[in-house]
Amino acid sequence: MGIEVNGKTLEVDEEGYLADLSTWVPEVATVMAKEDGQELGEDHWELINFLREYYEEYQIAPAIRVLTKAIGKKLGKDKGNSKYLYELFPYGPAKQACKYAGLPKPTGCV
Amino acid sequence: MSEIKKFMYVNRKAPYGTVYALESLEVVLIGAAFDQDVSLAFVDDGVYQIMNGQNTTGIGMKNFSSTYKALGDYEVTKLYVEKESLEARGLTVDDLMELTWEDEDDDYEEKPSIRLVSSAELAEVMADQDVVLSF
Repeated sequence: MGIEVNGKTLEVDEEGYLADLSTWVPEVATVMAKEDGQELGEDHWELINFLREYYEEYQIAPAIRVLTKAIGKKLGKDKGNSKYLYELFPYGPAKQACKYAGLPKPTGCV
Repeated sequence: MSEIKKFMYVNRKAPYGTVYALESLEVVLIGAAFDQDVSLAFVDDGVYQIMNGQNTTGIGMKNFSSTYKALGDYEVTKLYVEKESLEARGLTVDDLMELTWEDEDDDYEEKPSIRLVSSAELAEVMADQDVVLSF
């Protein structure tokens, strides 16, 4: 399986997660979002970039509880709650945002 | 909510070469979502799991050592390291990663997660657990 990004085919797994993290470019997120019928605004990118930085530092995609806490601390309390995150990513912030960010599926996420 | 139980994950093996260390870490991260009282113990070669400056380039495996630094975010703040195991390997606490957690109730002050204990002290902590899982 693969997705078309900038004229290249990038491999994804059966759930649509990018097979190789290092092949990620911002357009990956745009293409994936389009397939889900979603437009990405500034707030989406803020979260996607946050997840990529978190992964860079800790080598894992954070669990939702950890994510909301970390977001609240970094971007402000009004954003550090699951309501805000689910509004941005209705299919689930961890699942959807992590996927767009090119990260593997969060540990413990079913 | 059901009663909070005390879970201890005992790590005895070197980080690479077998899958035990990584599996244990993943179980800890998953388990931490369930609001239990979680602690980790590092004994025998398990102390190598949290050593400083790990480099896996030569063995072609993912270096997951930085994930231990996320444990604080998961509210896993008690990492017991057995003194005798360190000494037997010529190591001291300075050879281990600096692992901390932020105390929300104390103005987010960073506090050390590693607790150096003797074998006898660790046995006492272990005896006090509801569940001990060995990896």
